[in-house]
Amino acid sequence: MSITTLPSPRPGISPDGVEAPADQDAPRRSLDSRPSGSDTVFRSVAFGSGAITVAIMLAVGVFLSIRASDALGVAGLSFLTEQEWSPESKTFGIASVLFGTITIALIAMCVAVPLALGTALLISEVAVGRMRATLVTLVDLMAAVPSVVFGLWGVFFLQANVIPVATWISTYFGWIPFFRVTDATGNALTEASAFTSSAFIAGIVVGLMVVPTQTSVMREAFSQAPVGEREAAFALGSTRWGMIRAVVLPFGRGGIIGGTMLGLGRALGETIAVYMIISPIFTINWEVLKTGTNSVSALIALRYGESSAFGLSALMAAGLVLFLITLVINFSASSIVARSRSGAESS
Amino acid sequence: MTLTMTPTVDAGGPATDIRRADPTGGEPDPRASAQTTRIHSVEGVEVGPRRRVRSARLDDRFNVLGAAAAGIAVAVLLFGWFTPLSGGVGWVLVAFVAFLGFYALLVSLSSDWQEVKDRVMAVMLTSAGVILFGSLVFVVAFTITRGQEALPHLNFFTQSMELAGPLDGLDLGGIAHAILGTLMQITMALIVTVPLGIVTALFLNEVGGPFARFVRTISDAMTALPSIVAGLFVYSAIIVLITHQRSGFAASMAITVMMLPIVIRASDIVLRLVPGNLREAAYALGSTRWRTVWHVVLPTARPGLATAVILGTARGIGETSPVLLTSGVTAVVNLNPFEGPMISLPLQVFDFVKSPEPTMIARGFGAAAVLLLLVLALFYIARVIGGRGPGELSRRQQLRVIAASARDHQRITVRSARGRAAGPPESSSPLASPPAASSPSASAQKETSS
Repeated sequence: MSITTLPSPRPGISPDGVEAPADQDAPRRSLDSRPSGSDTVFRSVAFGSGAITVAIMLAVGVFLSIRASDALGVAGLSFLTEQEWSPESKTFGIASVLFGTITIALIAMCVAVPLALGTALLISEVAVGRMRATLVTLVDLMAAVPSVVFGLWGVFFLQANVIPVATWISTYFGWIPFFRVTDATGNALTEASAFTSSAFIAGIVVGLMVVPTQTSVMREAFSQAPVGEREAAFALGSTRWGMIRAVVLPFGRGGIIGGTMLGLGRALGETIAVYMIISPIFTINWEVLKTGTNSVSALIALRYGESSAFGLSALMAAGLVLFLITLVINFSASSIVARSRSGAESS
Repeated sequence: MTLTMTPTVDAGGPATDIRRADPTGGEPDPRASAQTTRIHSVEGVEVGPRRRVRSARLDDRFNVLGAAAAGIAVAVLLFGWFTPLSGGVGWVLVAFVAFLGFYALLVSLSSDWQEVKDRVMAVMLTSAGVILFGSLVFVVAFTITRGQEALPHLNFFTQSMELAGPLDGLDLGGIAHAILGTLMQITMALIVTVPLGIVTALFLNEVGGPFARFVRTISDAMTALPSIVAGLFVYSAIIVLITHQRSGFAASMAITVMMLPIVIRASDIVLRLVPGNLREAAYALGSTRWRTVWHVVLPTARPGLATAVILGTARGIGETSPVLLTSGVTAVVNLNPFEGPMISLPLQVFDFVKSPEPTMIARGFGAAAVLLLLVLALFYIARVIGGRGPGELSRRQQLRVIAASARDHQRITVRSARGRAAGPPESSSPLASPPAASSPSASAQKETSS
């Protein structure tokens, strides 16, 4: 490595160029280094690219808000309560699509959180050596599988195989309102066609897609649980599960909550797999096992092509609401992770 | 490099790595060895065979096997004879619940409640892993198996869908246009993302300041941007306002918006892992900030940065929803990114399976298998390049370091013997030069080690 000598600042001159009082016999030397030429270039290039990044990202947010404001101004507060979506007749709102999005995301969480928690504990507490490294790699690999592939699997495999389970749930747990599947008059339906393309199936697929995100955040938190406390638990005669409950889970609580919320954010924004599976409707459907649901992202994918300028603005408003929701969820997740004991040392 | 024995008081990462890499395992004591370096001899120390402390007992294994057999038997009974249950998934669920019950019963025969809980939870954790990885393997295998129908046809890779209608067999038409489109779009996206992302990450780590914190907050916020919203942004900002047509360029812009935060975040983490003492060593040698970045930080973080970029690429290739809105669907090869629609692999998959024709669905699975293999290949390359953290050495580098320290050991022993025999030692021998330390991290670690 070659060594560059910094030009030492001239004595008696402070960095801002003001002549220092010359009456002392030993003039004060400024300790500020003067950046060399390459450094100045580096700093400005780095600063510039940071500024470009911010500009791109702010442009997305600002553009979305400006374009969405047309539609929001027309719809007003009814944008959040209206279920229909026909911007041409000026009656449009995201109540039904938002409801569908949240249903799918919640079902996804019911699938994903136990799996992610179990896998994270398996990797950090049970597996050792090569096994652990392999499992970590597999989790990362799963995060890289394209969503369209999951969508194909959901449509062509899961759909057919999960319908008996859905039928079974609705038969035996139909007394719980969510699991009921009825027609318009309130009679229970049992034929398979009533159970296809439901929020339940979409939720399972989306759940599998967000497990890797959650697993890696949780595993990170669990693996930082202090060895001393673990050993203390073992020394007191605890079993491994006792140690996990007494040390690892309380320590990683921030990671569990944060990971769950990060996964929730991704589940809310998932498009293609949902779009391939569901059959879109524009009413609030409380029966999650029954055909027909919707999501904000599927709505955008469905309607962007046929939209007029105003229709596009309405879609923008829907996208903006989705973005704001995921933004709030992501930020609270990362602040929970950062504030927790396990996150304190990590970043 | 002159070899002066400076005891490393630093408890940081590389120092511990070195001790592991050092075959002699000797740790210099700063007070005891003022003049000579003593390395503890390992000769004559008996090392017995390693005891296995985590192995399972024989009756644990029998408990698992017995409970599994009982669970399967119960499920078969329930589904075949006693109740009108049906369906593969339901069978597995019943078998699993019965297995858990029997396993708890078997363990409780010989142990107390605490141990039963421990065993049952261990089984639950393992089964969570098995379910997850089973479904991963299943998704991948399912796609590739269903893609087998289309993949053996060579024309699937060399032709476009220009002349092939929905009713044509698999020996006509292919996905060459989608493969080319994917490659062009991801290349354009990478041209923007890689320099911008890595330099931004450098800005966050090496320059810092309040604006850097702001940039970090914004880019973290952008990871929350749903991909469809990114597509909608590009659609209404670039296509509707400026170009008035869907194009490969617009699609690559949408992919860029999605990939940029991922690359920034991943590179940021990698750069943060570069050991601070390497940077400080460079500064102490009088190098400027830029030289430190160019000669120390970037080379040390190179595998990690490559991994970050490749994983971002894998994500970007698989993105469907932003491309759906921006690139447009076409059946012909289009090599002009600024003019006309240019389809990509994920969108082609999506477009194929919308058709009810079995041959189109087979093509869809074929395209999905190609996409998946592409992602797997990228992922594999990323692992090979950067499965290690910064400063962590590969097997070959480790061997090199071990050989170097063995030579040092020999040299020190010889010299101290000679020094004891004939006064002060002369200047450093040619052996002291670092042996082919190509990676700066390796040479820097040599410095801290010696």
